[in-house]
Amino acid sequence: MRTVIVVGASLSGLYAARELRAQGFDGRLVVVGDEPHRPYDRPPLSKDFLTGRTGEDRLALGDAEEITELDAEWLLGTRARGLDTRERTVLLDGGRTVCGDGVVIATGASARRLPGPGLPGVHTLRTLDDARSLRAELTAGARRVVVIGGGFIGAETASSCAGLGHDVTVVEAAPLPLVPQLGPQMAAVCAALHRRGGVDLVTGTGVAALRGTVAVTAVELTDGRLLPADVVIVGIGAVPNTGWLAGSPLTLRDGVLCDDGCATALPQVVAVGDVARVGGTRAEHWTSATEQPRIAVRNLLAGYTAETVRPLPYFWSDQYGARIQFAGRRLDTDTVRVAEGTVTDGAPGEDGLLALYEREGRTTAVLSVDRPRPFMRARRELGRGAGAMETVS
Amino acid sequence: MIPVCRLDDLPAGESVRVDTMPPIAVFNADGELYAIDDTCTHQDASLSEGWLENCLVECPLHAASFDLRTGLPTCLPARRAVRTHRVTVDDGVIHVHVAAKEGTAA
Repeated sequence: MRTVIVVGASLSGLYAARELRAQGFDGRLVVVGDEPHRPYDRPPLSKDFLTGRTGEDRLALGDAEEITELDAEWLLGTRARGLDTRERTVLLDGGRTVCGDGVVIATGASARRLPGPGLPGVHTLRTLDDARSLRAELTAGARRVVVIGGGFIGAETASSCAGLGHDVTVVEAAPLPLVPQLGPQMAAVCAALHRRGGVDLVTGTGVAALRGTVAVTAVELTDGRLLPADVVIVGIGAVPNTGWLAGSPLTLRDGVLCDDGCATALPQVVAVGDVARVGGTRAEHWTSATEQPRIAVRNLLAGYTAETVRPLPYFWSDQYGARIQFAGRRLDTDTVRVAEGTVTDGAPGEDGLLALYEREGRTTAVLSVDRPRPFMRARRELGRGAGAMETVS
Repeated sequence: MIPVCRLDDLPAGESVRVDTMPPIAVFNADGELYAIDDTCTHQDASLSEGWLENCLVECPLHAASFDLRTGLPTCLPARRAVRTHRVTVDDGVIHVHVAAKEGTAA
């Protein structure tokens, strides 16, 4: 293999480039990224970057020395427009093309937007540019902030805004946020953190319209209520960036369909990170984006699926001074047991808690609020269990 | 020199956080005592709450790993070392000798 094109210059794209070099690929390496920035870490954007605790210099994912060592051609600020699979050519903005023998698809996902034209004061939070523009508005004096969506991005952003002294309301369409991730019992406990942070949580109602002509002035809810707003943050999930692959023979179904080894239906084309549906699951997790590239690159260089990946899902969230960590695969029918700490007034106690999800006497998942040590133990045990099952099956 | 705790109170495999500025983590790795800066150089997490295995500690948040003897990261996502500090035991009490900040005269 003489030329490999990595399409996507964020976390999983960078990790793929690192793996290519680490696994001995010494040919031409081209990395295409639609953002103008070198790879940076997104998780701090909704947290320490938004509050000003962390500067842009701390977001970089690789230092100058490493970038030099990778010896890659960086085509940044360049969007991929298509994949010509006969020639294995990536079509770029402006009619340019780049030809390769192997392609790593790492185009990630984009923040889902509300329908209709954009309005000043309305933000999403996914990219560094998003975060810069939101941060600029939040430092210009007290604002009435409405966050649409009570998921992790919504909750973290609300927490950061409240920490900056703004008046914050979170609107969640479901009766309770985070139920798909945590199950109803623990979702209720974590939702209580909003209260701790002095943030209003409005649930069970959707957004009917955004009001305002020059800039947003209010959010109109489906139950008729009107929430005055100077700043609106839309945190309603992300959609995988597969548009550029339309018309290619790849199967696109909420992501690029891959086998358990990140291999797509096309030879010498693998996919990693938020854009990849690996073995039936598309996980928008930082950990997946860092673990998949090793396997994907191995299989790309081997020319077949020599190794598969099924890491234990793991994610974390920092909000209202609490650190939430979750690992495992839970079902709604699992029972939940608080093994350490307490639930006080429906919220995690001051010293946090550790909850175990159980099925037929077996632990399937673990949730921690400010209990990192026992969480780490439980997560390792779950990981070992998952590994053992993989070997047997 | 900062007293940490009694040696008896830090059995093998355990760690303790010292609330200095910045905080320091002290580990008993199978009888050997080590002290390093507590905060992971990747993102805000306490290494004293990490996973201790031989001379390595794994960060509880993103699994970056550091060598307690040198402070050097052994894998991503951390790329910068944590400071290491000298540890002594006097009259059964563990003490940390805080290293000078990088770039300042010792």
